[in-house]
Amino acid sequence: MSATFEAFKTRAEAVSAEVHRFVGRDEALAFILDFLGKEGVADAPQCGALWAAGSFLEGIQPEALRQRLPGLSFDITQAASAEARVGISELDYGIAATGTLVQDAAAVAKRLVSTLPPIHLAVLGTERILADMGSVLSHLTPAQTNYISFITGPSRTADIERVLTIGVHGPERLIIVVVDAFQQVTA
Amino acid sequence: MSTQFRDSIETALHNPNLTGALGRFSEAYRISRAKAYEGIDFEAVRDAIAEIKCSASSRFEELAERFKANAEANGAKVFRTADPAQVRQYILDLAKERGVKRVVKSKSMASEEIHLNKSLAEAGIDVAETDLGEWIIQLAHQTPSHMVMPAIHMTKEEVAEVFSQEVEAGQAPDIPKLVKFARAKLRPKFLEADMGISGANIAVAETGSLVIITNEGNARLVTTLPRIHVAIVGIEKLVAMFEEIQPILTALPRSATGQLLTSYVSIISGQVPNTDGSPKDLHIILMDNHRSDMAKDPKFKEALQCIRCATCLNVCPVFRLVGGHVFGKTYTGGIGTILTAWFDELKKSEDIQGLCIQCGSCVPVCPGKIDIPGLILELRRRLVVEQGQSLATKAIFGVVNNRRLFHGMLRLASRTQKPFTKGRFIRHLPMFLSDMTDFRSLPAIADVPFRDRIKAIQQPKGGQKIAFYSGCLIDFAYPEMGESLVKILNKAGIEVLFPEAQTCCGAPARYSGAYEVAAQNAKDNIQALLETEVDHVVSACPTCTVALKHDFLDTFRSLGITDATAEAERLAAKTIDFSTLVKRLVDAGRLTFKEGEDLGRITYHDSCHLKRTLKAADEPRELLQKAGHELTEMYECDTCCGMAGSYSLKLPEISAPILERKLKNIKDTGAERVVMDCPGCVMQIRGGMDKDGAPIKVEHTAERLVDRFE
Repeated sequence: MSATFEAFKTRAEAVSAEVHRFVGRDEALAFILDFLGKEGVADAPQCGALWAAGSFLEGIQPEALRQRLPGLSFDITQAASAEARVGISELDYGIAATGTLVQDAAAVAKRLVSTLPPIHLAVLGTERILADMGSVLSHLTPAQTNYISFITGPSRTADIERVLTIGVHGPERLIIVVVDAFQQVTA
Repeated sequence: MSTQFRDSIETALHNPNLTGALGRFSEAYRISRAKAYEGIDFEAVRDAIAEIKCSASSRFEELAERFKANAEANGAKVFRTADPAQVRQYILDLAKERGVKRVVKSKSMASEEIHLNKSLAEAGIDVAETDLGEWIIQLAHQTPSHMVMPAIHMTKEEVAEVFSQEVEAGQAPDIPKLVKFARAKLRPKFLEADMGISGANIAVAETGSLVIITNEGNARLVTTLPRIHVAIVGIEKLVAMFEEIQPILTALPRSATGQLLTSYVSIISGQVPNTDGSPKDLHIILMDNHRSDMAKDPKFKEALQCIRCATCLNVCPVFRLVGGHVFGKTYTGGIGTILTAWFDELKKSEDIQGLCIQCGSCVPVCPGKIDIPGLILELRRRLVVEQGQSLATKAIFGVVNNRRLFHGMLRLASRTQKPFTKGRFIRHLPMFLSDMTDFRSLPAIADVPFRDRIKAIQQPKGGQKIAFYSGCLIDFAYPEMGESLVKILNKAGIEVLFPEAQTCCGAPARYSGAYEVAAQNAKDNIQALLETEVDHVVSACPTCTVALKHDFLDTFRSLGITDATAEAERLAAKTIDFSTLVKRLVDAGRLTFKEGEDLGRITYHDSCHLKRTLKAADEPRELLQKAGHELTEMYECDTCCGMAGSYSLKLPEISAPILERKLKNIKDTGAERVVMDCPGCVMQIRGGMDKDGAPIKVEHTAERLVDRFE
């Protein structure tokens, strides 16, 4: 597992993603809240964080998190996403060969928080990192969902003079939080 | 060639922004592509892609119906049409019915192909391209110059000017700021749009899925925010099975931009919820527009294996000089020439097909395994069939097809050229011929051609016999190359025969599309060369070797000539190029290099036909090194020198800068000699070096090796 994670991390960082690994949910959550705080997430215009909640938060009261971090919201609309500074979502798979995140993105909330805010924070179970695209596509197929998203690094362009520039229409930063004991997902 | 077309070439060549940007990109591209493919078996990937796409194009009808059934089962509406006008009408009707005022588009070459934006704008609909490059060219009222990087021809200064004029005054030529500006200005358009229009990179029949890749993330927004999504998909994007997307997704980003994967891949297989919870109004238009006609054409079916990566543009020595706009409004470069001929009309390719220098650089790197130069040659042939050849060209080939007259004229030329020659060179020609000697000197026609000189050489008798096919250049301009070859083979105890009735190999005619002329040349040569019983026919000109080994057969096949095939095959089997033959003789111990020679530093230029068709790149290098030379490789050693037969006469303005680049790469090595296996390349490079004045010797491998054997 460690070798797969390392390969994933290397590839993801090579395309300007930031990768952090934690042993358990509590540690990961602490990091996320700390990160949001440092990014200035607050209950103010352009400062919100939106979390497209999934199984990672199972058993945690959203209200409790909101109290710890004003500005964090779980109520996802297009308008809120367009205003938010950070979008958080849970990803279903990782691809080690390319540093890619893969998601069943049929739920529009997942797409809104990962496309509109300038920062996308992606949560992923370590065990969900597989070797290559083929392994992932044998688990996640069009028979299961009408929208599969692959995300490899932040949004980028080289359309002007071939100069690589990060952050065009999608996020300019992609923070990947990898969690070993992501039991709710891997179960 | 139309004046307008010539002018567009002139304009492009004199645009330093364009040539600078493309030149730098072509250099960086090779490196990033190679890096992206590390650890990947490219041949295996492209075999898979070619098979998947070839199989798909054999059954478009079946796959289109399956796609439609499966996508519609998931809530999409699929509209199939052959006609671009119906695509436009469908979208206009839909927009009217749903009250659409604003449209955002992610990149779609199919929509460019049918000039959709114009129709939408005429209907009063606000259309915004959202791919940065597409938005820039939309604002600049231009067309894409490159399939992957539509605005590669523009500098940041030009982009800033366009933004300032068309959007908001005062934009500085600072790339990160320009990108931020685009993000800020396009964001409200995304949020307010009623309809999103996209293309698709792959359409999967088995699952009714569209696969859309982008780096900017605009396709994700286009397919998520507006309540209506319309995808315009050329039927050549169809594949049968879901698993077949993998080889395409492996090759497309690596070949297109040197990435392992693009930032975003979206696989959309039906309706998904809109931001207000309503189901997406999803329309997929499967557009034919002559694609099934192509699929029925035994030659051009292959072009449907294209995955639109634009590698053929990126590695093309001509594209990097002239850019995309000279090719027309939509599809550019090598593959673009072919697509234009079909999606538009054959006549539209009349001028642009002439841009292909036939160097074959795009062939080994095409993920779809498309023989792009071969197909362009076929366009040329069909154009000649349809429109005939110009009188001047006809007159020239009339001469070439009559060996006695042709050779007689060459002998005459050796006498009449006298006023223009200086030593072995013609440095200036008068009047309209001056283009030919502007950028390089031409070789003077030899006083005594090789066919006369060989008679004077005392050769070993009674041993092995090999026939020599000299080709016109060695026979009449560089007879000493032929003499060197004879001397070398004599050292191995081989007697070299020169069948007198041999004539032009037909390459000039073939590469001009005059296949009937080439076929007659082929027949004459086959007869001449098979007359004597020999083990091999050797040639020291790679273009001639390719003619004997491959083109004769292909010309016959293209013309449906069947009675000469068996003999052409016999000749092909016997034909061998000079370096490969000598290497075999050395390996067999029949030729031995002199010991302990230190002959100094050389660099080697790979001739297009030798490297890419005959696959002999190591043989000459090994021979030259064994002889005692130190080899320093030049940058882009296998990039065309710009000669390409009559190309340098038809398009000297393109040939000259290609040669200039080659000369620079040669000089940069610091080697005192540059060696090559092709007399055509010698003619170009030696002539260029003569004009340049650099003290670097330009030689054929045979000349370099002649005195090196025991």
